[in-house]
Amino acid sequence: MDIDALTGCLASSACLVTQTTSGFIIGMLLFLVAVGLTLIFGVLKVVNFSHGAFYMFGAYFAMTAYQLSGSFALAMFCGAGGTALLGLIFERVFMSRVYGADVLMQLLVCYAFVLIFDDVVRMVWGPEFRSMGMPAAFQVMPLLIAGGVVPPYYLLLIGVALVMAVILGLGLARTRLGKVIRAAAHNPGMVSALGINTGLIYGGVFALGGMLAGLAGALAAPVRSLTPGMGFSVLIESFIVTVIGGMGSILGALIGALLIGMIRSFGSLGFPLFTEGLMYLFMVVVLVIRPTGLFGKEVA
Amino acid sequence: MQRTRKPGISRRSTLVLMGTGAVTFATPWVARAEAKTIKVGMPTILSGRVAQLGTSSRNAVMLEVEKVNAAGGLAGRQIDMVIRDSKGAPQEAARVARELVNTDGCELLIDAEASSGAFAVHEVARDLGVFCIHTNSETSALTADPKQHIPNAFRTARQGVHDSIVGGSYAAEIAKTKGLKKWATCAPDYAYGRDTTGEFTLYLKRFAPDVEIISESWPKLFQPDYTEVVTKILQVKPQALYTCLWGGDLTSYIDQANIYAMFSQMEVFAVNMADYTALTVVKNLPKGIHSGNRYIKTYPATAENAAWGDAYKAKYNEYPTNWSWENATAVMLIAEASKKANSADGKKIAEAMRGLTIKSPFGADGTVTMRAEDQTLIGYAIGWGTTIPQEPYVPDVKPGDWKTILELEAEWKKSKGYA
Repeated sequence: MDIDALTGCLASSACLVTQTTSGFIIGMLLFLVAVGLTLIFGVLKVVNFSHGAFYMFGAYFAMTAYQLSGSFALAMFCGAGGTALLGLIFERVFMSRVYGADVLMQLLVCYAFVLIFDDVVRMVWGPEFRSMGMPAAFQVMPLLIAGGVVPPYYLLLIGVALVMAVILGLGLARTRLGKVIRAAAHNPGMVSALGINTGLIYGGVFALGGMLAGLAGALAAPVRSLTPGMGFSVLIESFIVTVIGGMGSILGALIGALLIGMIRSFGSLGFPLFTEGLMYLFMVVVLVIRPTGLFGKEVA
Repeated sequence: MQRTRKPGISRRSTLVLMGTGAVTFATPWVARAEAKTIKVGMPTILSGRVAQLGTSSRNAVMLEVEKVNAAGGLAGRQIDMVIRDSKGAPQEAARVARELVNTDGCELLIDAEASSGAFAVHEVARDLGVFCIHTNSETSALTADPKQHIPNAFRTARQGVHDSIVGGSYAAEIAKTKGLKKWATCAPDYAYGRDTTGEFTLYLKRFAPDVEIISESWPKLFQPDYTEVVTKILQVKPQALYTCLWGGDLTSYIDQANIYAMFSQMEVFAVNMADYTALTVVKNLPKGIHSGNRYIKTYPATAENAAWGDAYKAKYNEYPTNWSWENATAVMLIAEASKKANSADGKKIAEAMRGLTIKSPFGADGTVTMRAEDQTLIGYAIGWGTTIPQEPYVPDVKPGDWKTILELEAEWKKSKGYA
């Protein structure tokens, strides 16, 4: 425990800026993965344990597109678009068959696909770790804000995640499609009786969830090493985020991800040997006080 | 014209009969030839994040086994390698090792495991009494601690304390020249990371007593994101950083530290950088990172080492790794010990291997020795240098002095109660 380092940081504007940005970076990347997870759970009532694999595929798709084209924009598009398509196919062919099944069955099917997806990546891209590399446009000196250090690439990452959060929030609350999705989550039988194709909605939501995880993977690819199985640790943290925020809540995923990001960032200063533990401890405290998570709703 | 079938035995039937007869009569002969082979078991990590290193261990072993077999095998017995995936899990490594001996009939073990798995396999070797040579674990205690000692287990992997003595004295010299007094460390939070960092700082401070460690970071092994570690180090503004992160963890760390321009703000000493796995994967390799040699074909700068690196690349289309030379050395030592003992028996090989010196492309003076007292390898090329972003990656390596290494190692053993 190093409380002096933590209090020293809180008293320094430079440290505050650097560590807060660091918390945002960790949090926003987690949010993109967790929001897909929570969306799929909210609408389809499936705990998609294979969700981390879409993060992995997003990173590999982006790396391949970048190596072939040299275009960062195309890499991001392929990472997100490729996983959306993969999510749609996966949902239609496999996941749609286990809706309403026992949770254990759903978990087993998802876990089987985690292993299968990892092997597919190993066969296509090889077992060794890979690196996409930072595009030349972002190989610049970091910005100095109030004495704090902020890399421009991370500003882009935070910006993209925030835009996605706003689009999702407004899209679900204000648009007709959003209302239909919410209605399907609440009462799929009624929506179906109104002549709306719920299969299409389920497939679309799964694809959207996959796309968000894929986008997170694509955005992470320039700064993280790519390896088969890389989605697993992200999945665990995303589960923590969704549990803290409340399963099914987009706002909860955003707040939960930011809290985890800040705990990691400031915890590494004050509790360097207990940063991981601090994250789990926080989750336990939240669950004890509010078992449905910060923004979760009681299930009748 | 229509063909008519002749009466009697057709040509096809004759051939089938002859073939069957040949197989029948040759079977005992083939069986005898099979009995002449010696099975060598090898648990290693062929899946997961370290799979590339396990694969490079297997490749190096196969490269050398082919040569040994072409030269007549071990005392006339051809080597048959039985290689299994331990998935990097200690309990799986122990299970696989036991199965290789008890079920597959392996008479010798090449234990190509990381430190955690190596200790588990070591216990299997202790239990079964089978000859075992550890090839990848660099945790010093594996052979330095007398409690671990068993007569049938050896080690060809470099030893953490050797690296730390050379790295500590190299870093101290730079610290004194450049006035680097405030240091930070960043190491994976498991036995290798903790031990190696402790040993490095021990020797750094011994040779440069003014040095102060102002920050320590212990990210977990295989952590995907190092942002908080990078920013924490930037906050304390050290003049130098030591890290023993390796493989994909090291490349992630470098990619993430790069965009904070960390390498322009401090001297970085990354012991595991100078290995092709990291050097070729990092896209924007910073210039001037200090690193210990792992495997590079230009150090030791000998024709034998370059030829070995090129032969490996020609066969596997990639350069070898640090684990490759350590595994190749194991096969070379087994072959020489078998020749000396004129036997493929594990006990006789072990007897002959104690104190054995062999010619080696990886030796500091062209040879390596299996030290008798603790059955660990000494005399391998060990040095530190700075990186450039293209081949040869580390153009000038300052060699470590084995006389100093051995003196300080003896002192270290005493201080730990090992001697």
